[in-house]
Amino acid sequence: MKAAEFEYFRPTTLDEACGLLADTGDDADRCLLAGGQTLVPMMAMRLARPTHLIDINRITELQGIRDLGGSVEIGAGTRQRAVEKDPITRRKLPLLAAALPHVGHHQTRNRGTVGGSIVLGDASAEIPLVALILNATLIIHRRDGRRETMADGFFEGPMMTALEPGDILTTIRFPVWDGTTGSAFHEVAPRKGDYALVSAGAQVALDANGTCIRAAIGVGGCAPTPLRLQAVEDALVGQRLTDALITQAIAPVPDLIDPESSVHASAAYRRRAAPQLVQRALLDALSEARP
Amino acid sequence: MIATIDIEFTVNGKPVRISVPPRMTLVDCLRDMLGLTGSHIGCEHGVCGACSVMLDEVPIRSCLMFAVQADGAAVTTVEGLEGPDGKLSPLQEAFWDCHAMQCGYCTPGMLVAAQGLLDENPDPTADEIREAISSNLCRCTGYQQIVEAIQLAAQRMNEGPDHA
Amino acid sequence: MPDDRPAASNYRYISQPRRTKEDKRFITGRGAFVQDVQLAHTKHIALVASPYPRASILSIDTSAALAMDGVLDVITGAELAEHTDRLYHGVDLPNVRWHPLAVDMTRYAGEWVAAVIADSRYIAEDAAELVEVDYEPLDAAIGIEKVMQPDAPLVHPDHGSNILLKKKFVWGAVDDDFAAAEHTISYRARWGRSSAVPIETFGVITRWSEKDEMLEVWASIQMPQYQEQIADALRIPLNAVRVHNYIDVGGSYGVKRGIKQTVLSGYAARKLGCPVRLIEDRIDNMSGGDAHGPDRLFDVTLAYNGDGLIRSMKMRVVDDVGAYPGRSIQQLGKPISALCGPYRMSSIEYDVTSVTSNKTSQVAVRGFGQAPTNFALETGVEKIARRLGLDRTEIRRRNFIRHDEFPWKIPSGTAYDSGDYHTVLDKAMRFAGWDALIAQRDAARAEGRLVGLGIATCLEPGGGNNIFEHLLNEKIQITTFVESALLKIDGQGQVTVAISTHTAGQGHQTLAATVAGEELERDPDGIRVVHLDSLEALPTRGPVASRMAIMLGSAVSKAARRLRNRMIHIAAHDLAVADTEVEYADGEFTVRGDPTRKRSWLEIVFIAHRQLHRMPPDTEPGLQTIEVHAVPGGGKLPNEKGEVQIYPCFSFQAHIPLVEIDRVTGQVEILDYAVAHDCGTVINPKIVRGMMMGGIGHGIGAALYEKFDYTEDGQLLSGTFLDYLLPSAHEIPDIRDTEHCTPSPLTSHGQKGSGEGGYLGAPAALASAVNDALAPLDIAITELPMRLADIEAALHIHATPVPETAP
Repeated sequence: MKAAEFEYFRPTTLDEACGLLADTGDDADRCLLAGGQTLVPMMAMRLARPTHLIDINRITELQGIRDLGGSVEIGAGTRQRAVEKDPITRRKLPLLAAALPHVGHHQTRNRGTVGGSIVLGDASAEIPLVALILNATLIIHRRDGRRETMADGFFEGPMMTALEPGDILTTIRFPVWDGTTGSAFHEVAPRKGDYALVSAGAQVALDANGTCIRAAIGVGGCAPTPLRLQAVEDALVGQRLTDALITQAIAPVPDLIDPESSVHASAAYRRRAAPQLVQRALLDALSEARP
Repeated sequence: MIATIDIEFTVNGKPVRISVPPRMTLVDCLRDMLGLTGSHIGCEHGVCGACSVMLDEVPIRSCLMFAVQADGAAVTTVEGLEGPDGKLSPLQEAFWDCHAMQCGYCTPGMLVAAQGLLDENPDPTADEIREAISSNLCRCTGYQQIVEAIQLAAQRMNEGPDHA
Repeated sequence: MPDDRPAASNYRYISQPRRTKEDKRFITGRGAFVQDVQLAHTKHIALVASPYPRASILSIDTSAALAMDGVLDVITGAELAEHTDRLYHGVDLPNVRWHPLAVDMTRYAGEWVAAVIADSRYIAEDAAELVEVDYEPLDAAIGIEKVMQPDAPLVHPDHGSNILLKKKFVWGAVDDDFAAAEHTISYRARWGRSSAVPIETFGVITRWSEKDEMLEVWASIQMPQYQEQIADALRIPLNAVRVHNYIDVGGSYGVKRGIKQTVLSGYAARKLGCPVRLIEDRIDNMSGGDAHGPDRLFDVTLAYNGDGLIRSMKMRVVDDVGAYPGRSIQQLGKPISALCGPYRMSSIEYDVTSVTSNKTSQVAVRGFGQAPTNFALETGVEKIARRLGLDRTEIRRRNFIRHDEFPWKIPSGTAYDSGDYHTVLDKAMRFAGWDALIAQRDAARAEGRLVGLGIATCLEPGGGNNIFEHLLNEKIQITTFVESALLKIDGQGQVTVAISTHTAGQGHQTLAATVAGEELERDPDGIRVVHLDSLEALPTRGPVASRMAIMLGSAVSKAARRLRNRMIHIAAHDLAVADTEVEYADGEFTVRGDPTRKRSWLEIVFIAHRQLHRMPPDTEPGLQTIEVHAVPGGGKLPNEKGEVQIYPCFSFQAHIPLVEIDRVTGQVEILDYAVAHDCGTVINPKIVRGMMMGGIGHGIGAALYEKFDYTEDGQLLSGTFLDYLLPSAHEIPDIRDTEHCTPSPLTSHGQKGSGEGGYLGAPAALASAVNDALAPLDIAITELPMRLADIEAALHIHATPVPETAP
């Protein structure tokens, strides 16, 4: 399984990369190479056949984890494993910390990048789901400028995002919740590390009385894109979170999702498992918030 | 035909200067151009781990990198795990003592994954060992004697050089 | 052979936990796998595969591919069919023609249609994309029962049906036993299509020497009659083929048969005058490599009494062997060795149907059909126990053949050599902590958790007397099943053993050196073991059928004893005493009662090699011998009742897994796994334990994760490692093992086979555990694999319906 031929470019600056991507009007199929853990297998199977491969692994502007207090900025080209091990992640982005061990395996996380996972936009992938649940800000550069967009609305369809030709995702800014919070991430996969069949992430914030003041809940593998469960969140905010309330809140989940069947799990399976996984995530998030 | 690209990197501590086609994978480069046939190909889509090597001291899948990407990097393959005089590493000795292999095909990648674990975590639990080697598929052993070998290696290394 | 062997602990080398000879090269990355072989001027093959399950080939246009720089040739099926002979099947099927590349019609999605030969695999793949094949897609025959329908499309139209073989065997008074039994139970069991799937794919390099008129072959191979089939297909004499057996095989477990790949490569090598390399990539391998495993539907009826004693069995099997059967039909015959497992039933009816379909072809998989058969049988034992309210270990005890009843002849005529099933089961239960596990299960159940304790007691036939081939096809009158060893002590006193076959991780070098060392009282570390190539080789059947410890071990032992006795004879002659007056120990030949009169190893070696004047007159110079060892109990055709001894030796295992099923996800977690194994004398405990653990791991895959899924119209869905799920270190738990030793009376040291047993028992054990977990819900699953979606669906269907309130 050998990739088809391509021309290889290795820009060292973001400007250079944007410039390479921006050329249009020819037959070239330009593609960015970051971690390569998904792109290279697709190239090996010749399902992806870029003619111009632009390796952005040397661009230092795309690397780094920065604690800005109310948010954490992660360079799109930062290795998943670096984010997993950084104490900032555990302290400030516990939902991401909970999700990352589910992303592939050690070795794939040594190369795979946070940004690469987000721009791939796989509805079963953990990092896009976390970005959506927390409604991260996505900073995008192109040759003629820069823009910020929100994760909410960024994932448009199966493996389809709002990125335009010429765009490079450069930074993901995750909001940090203050106060008493708890988060949890659950997924079911055929084997640990495989693409999730169904995944659920939840983050809750409680006030001093233990009332839920904020909730962010989402599921993966249940729709063409990762999905935020607004209706479930609304049922919880302003309430004391009891087992009974949570059970009630998850009841509409099967109707909120639009799963497909795959060789490993039917749509019906996903519809049944999703609310249960949401429940598990909520219960764990709750017990983390009030140990 | 796309022109080859000159790259310079180190492999097992030795400098290498070669010219590679962009689409040649790192594992093909190591095996076919540098004659380091210890790293093996099992799937070429990043699942089995038979191709695992160290890149800048962390284990990665060399079938998922193009050789050009290794420019400037330090690569360690199974051939580089032993000492310059051929002295086996504690991990290699433990693999031999525990018969942590049968056909030997996954073994180089498994050794790299295990060495990567011990480099980062010299006293891993059994769960941590299984987590680290879950990147590498083995069909022969059922993993039992591999886990035991890694535990033995860690134990010996922690006991000190005189005990290894 | 006399049963006065020393206890295991009395062996110097045998049964000692010694390092193996093979491991050093693997831990240093110095294995010699076929992909590592570098020959000058080698060219590379890439394949063009059909995307259709069944299609006519209207035309193939190779011109664009041929025009590409670096491409030497493109070979199609028509060319190959003209210049090579068709490949073998195990039974008479003159109208089922099989060639390495499809001819006129493609019969499964992934079947190879053309081969591009180029300067590199990269270029060959580029060119393969340019080969234009014009197909006319046709309706496909898919579905194990559907393909037998009269209106099913015919996979091989000239054969006239999709049934390749249908045979019924009746041994013993089946009807009488059924009439006399108090109860019967009928059930269906389904063994899904999985396989061995080694981490190394199949690969071959061939080179034709015009000077010697010979074909050299380096291959990742594990099969008997490999060179014979190559020679026949390429129309060259057998002694014009040299297969290099030193190549390390990266796992096989039966599946690396590589015939079509080798014929293709060999033809190209001769035509083009350069070495030609075909290394399957993973996609080539999974869909086009013809290495799928048994795909079986069992309908079983057991006749039993109220005390649980099983009197008789009617087992009907349909096996879907895919498009080109090869030897896979024989895979229905091997289980005749042990159809009744460790149980004492007195008659058996065995009704087998082999069908063809438009799926990838089936190949021999570890156990050659025994694993599905054990699963089907154990399923019935479990069902009977539940029906009668009988403890599942007690029913087994009642049905086990007793230790003092061996050798025990089963209805089909095979005698089991030895066994102590009761003791091993007891040992397993004590070791596992059966009562504590039951308590743990019950406590979990009280909390509403789905926890189950499984038990399976299964046999591993070993030794490789393949006389069942004759049972399936009377024209096959082959009764010679042998293994050879050549042993020499050279002029410097070093011992070398030459074996005639290849190794795929089973440690044959260690096996041979250990046995030779034991007999000669020389350190195995100093004994060299080499692999003869196929021209030099002595008769062999290859490392199949769990036979090498039995057959190679016995051959080496006999050869070594013969050389030892010859050295004693030379020493006695030189010391002027009778042979019986010379004692040999540790390299010294001493006159009994007179320790001053002796000869050393080196002195005897020198006499033998260089001093004819000191040699006994009847003894050949040098120290070398060949032993061709025939399988015990072999050399006979079946009698008029169809009874015959098949494999000689029977190992036994008791598996006890504890599992928990997640009600929501359907995932099975193995909480504990204990096993007791008895393979007689263990030559090297690390090797045996390793193979058993690996077999269990393989069995966990077959039971819970692995399947070649097809769509209804014949597209393979699990053709890469993304969807065909091999278990990792997460899915295989810590396995606790204990052992017992019931030696075989038929082998040199009591050894039996041990390479398959884990795989032959684990799927049955896990089915038992999962069904135990589901028993309180009255759910039974009898289809493997039991994947999370299957279990969740079963749970869902049986869930207590929630009363619906009116909207």
